[in-house]
Amino acid sequence: MNEASMTEKASGDTPDRDAAAGTIRVLVAKLGLDGHDRGAKVVARILRDAGMEVVYTGLYKSPGEVVAAAVQEDVDVIGVSLLSGSHVPLFRELGRCLREEKSEHIFVVAGGVIPEQDYAALWDSGVDAIVPQEARAELIVTTIRSLIAARGRV
Amino acid sequence: MNLFSETAIEDIREKQAAWEEKELAAALGNRPEEKPAYETECGIPLKRVYTAADIADIPADELGFPGAYPFTRGAYPTMYRGRPWTIRQVAGFGNPEATNQRYKYMIQTGQTGLSTDFDLPTLLGLDSDDPRAFGEVGRVGVAIDTVDDVDRLFDGIDLEKISVSLTINPSAWVVYAMYVAVAERRGYDLHKLAGTLQADPLKEYVAQKEWIYPVRPAVRLLRDLIMYSAKATPKINPISLSGYHLSDVGGNALQEIAFIMAFTIAYCEEVTGAGMDIDDFAPRLSFFFISHQDFFEQICKFRAARRVYAKIMARRFKARKPESMRLRVHVQTAAMSLTKVEHHNNLMRTAIQALGAVLGGCQSMHTNGLDEAFAIPTEEAMKLAIRTQQIIRDEINVTSVIDPLGGSYFIERLTRDMETEIWKLLDEVDERGGAVKLVEEGWFQQKLADSAYATFQKIDAGEKISVGVNRYVDEASRSAEVHIHPYDEACTQLQIDRLQAVRASRDNARVRELLKDLAEQARSDDINLLPKTIEAVKAKATLGEICAALREVWGAYAEPMIV
Repeated sequence: MNEASMTEKASGDTPDRDAAAGTIRVLVAKLGLDGHDRGAKVVARILRDAGMEVVYTGLYKSPGEVVAAAVQEDVDVIGVSLLSGSHVPLFRELGRCLREEKSEHIFVVAGGVIPEQDYAALWDSGVDAIVPQEARAELIVTTIRSLIAARGRV
Repeated sequence: MNLFSETAIEDIREKQAAWEEKELAAALGNRPEEKPAYETECGIPLKRVYTAADIADIPADELGFPGAYPFTRGAYPTMYRGRPWTIRQVAGFGNPEATNQRYKYMIQTGQTGLSTDFDLPTLLGLDSDDPRAFGEVGRVGVAIDTVDDVDRLFDGIDLEKISVSLTINPSAWVVYAMYVAVAERRGYDLHKLAGTLQADPLKEYVAQKEWIYPVRPAVRLLRDLIMYSAKATPKINPISLSGYHLSDVGGNALQEIAFIMAFTIAYCEEVTGAGMDIDDFAPRLSFFFISHQDFFEQICKFRAARRVYAKIMARRFKARKPESMRLRVHVQTAAMSLTKVEHHNNLMRTAIQALGAVLGGCQSMHTNGLDEAFAIPTEEAMKLAIRTQQIIRDEINVTSVIDPLGGSYFIERLTRDMETEIWKLLDEVDERGGAVKLVEEGWFQQKLADSAYATFQKIDAGEKISVGVNRYVDEASRSAEVHIHPYDEACTQLQIDRLQAVRASRDNARVRELLKDLAEQARSDDINLLPKTIEAVKAKATLGEICAALREVWGAYAEPMIV
């Protein structure tokens, strides 16, 4: 369901990385001061049940802290759940921090309450996929798998 | 005394057995039922039909009368005949002036009480110019930095005449201090101020997740607030025990009530432990529940909650005043049930949930805007939400009879079953060492996360139906054209400019002195922090400065990582 409303930006960025490790690693992150963590925790379990390695940041993380954690944990994907309406400035800052750390190879997937009118601003910030609120588990998992597959890693 | 005579029950049982053999067996033979088993959302099994025999074990005293122990049938003897529930739509965004304008619009539309949402920096005790407030100022609520902002928020609104609910949590005591300071500045009689603070810290750690300090200092701050408010502002409810959020993070109806009652017990122990008589503060404890999708389960939840609370207060805390045993509840319809797909359907969902809250006997209500799955609601959406309540109140005659479903075999059985399950959960909390300890250990957090995942799996498997989303999907009606409430980009800078102006014009030495005194008081457990906080806000100490002063004493909360 909802495949139609799921939009994905093609990633032209395929850096040289160790392709030996087969398991996809995901950092599930909460950005800013938003305390709604129900969705983030459900997504963490979905990804774990799908065989991915999941690290959860906990609440109240700044974009810089999330990027630092992503680099340290050597993840393939940062999944950010945001329901506070502050997604545009926070994703912009997240993208800037990723570029600053030369870590643009890490995919960014956004979820939560994100009105479609803001999608363009998120693509501009370097977000690679946006998962709609009503997404089923399968869509969340395939979104991440297809990003990685497009990069030729798994 | 039971509700029915034994011979009547015997007779019903015999006739039911005959019916099952004849009519029912024939019908089932013809066509099986759609599901092998039926149950409520929280998992209580449902029979196909209920009779007097199903409630033969319930003593008549368990029902009682409205406004009398154990309050099953309602909080007040006349309920909506005496006073309809308060239409209380929460609002808050941008600078205080923007929210003030929305309030005036809502009052004009017929709203009868005010309710304030604060932005995340305010909730978390940060000033608008704090780096951690980046991107969040005035976003999900109104931004408050100083006492002057509270004055602007209620500009032109007579606080002696309208009750005001403040959805504020870890920094609640500071906002309360600002509210009192504004009331004094305007020359109001503090004894006439009516309203409610949310200020429920334990549910924050397990559900809404706004915190500043570790658990125990946060509970102490609430204790100080309850004890100060009981004397200074006796018509203000210093806390709204919020089951709503427990549901919002995944809790079922039983967890919502049982966990919030466990928190109620913890707070009452804290305040009575500090020497205040239960009857001196319990009448001002108020509650906030969700009205969710399972219609009858939710109605029974409200009835069971009133009965459980009455018994806790009477038996455990030996309250003597009936007001101490009366559960008064504000209800909000279920934001979780709203969908982006075909968002107009949200109007129907909300109306039905609102009707359930009324049949359950709520005292005030917020109905969600149909666009809340997108962003904070627009004026038009809020108007429709208010109209929904007005239609229920004024057009369909559901307010003339109190507890109109009371006595229904099904309703009484389900109320009783839910009560029994709630007591079991409460016993478990007691056995494991009480609510404060279990919050620190993450026990509630784990239970709620498990429930949330189970619910997700039910939706994912299509067992839990969401019309337009996983059933009756219409490919054509997917992407909605919704006018979304705009965010005022200038809002942050205005707050920052004002903060700088305040810091430039106040007596900074005096502010530093007051903050030092406050921190010193916080080191000792038996000083009430409210008087000093009120002094500090009057001297224009900011919300962020006050919260930071105590963070230095108590430290910050470290979240247990539970997924």
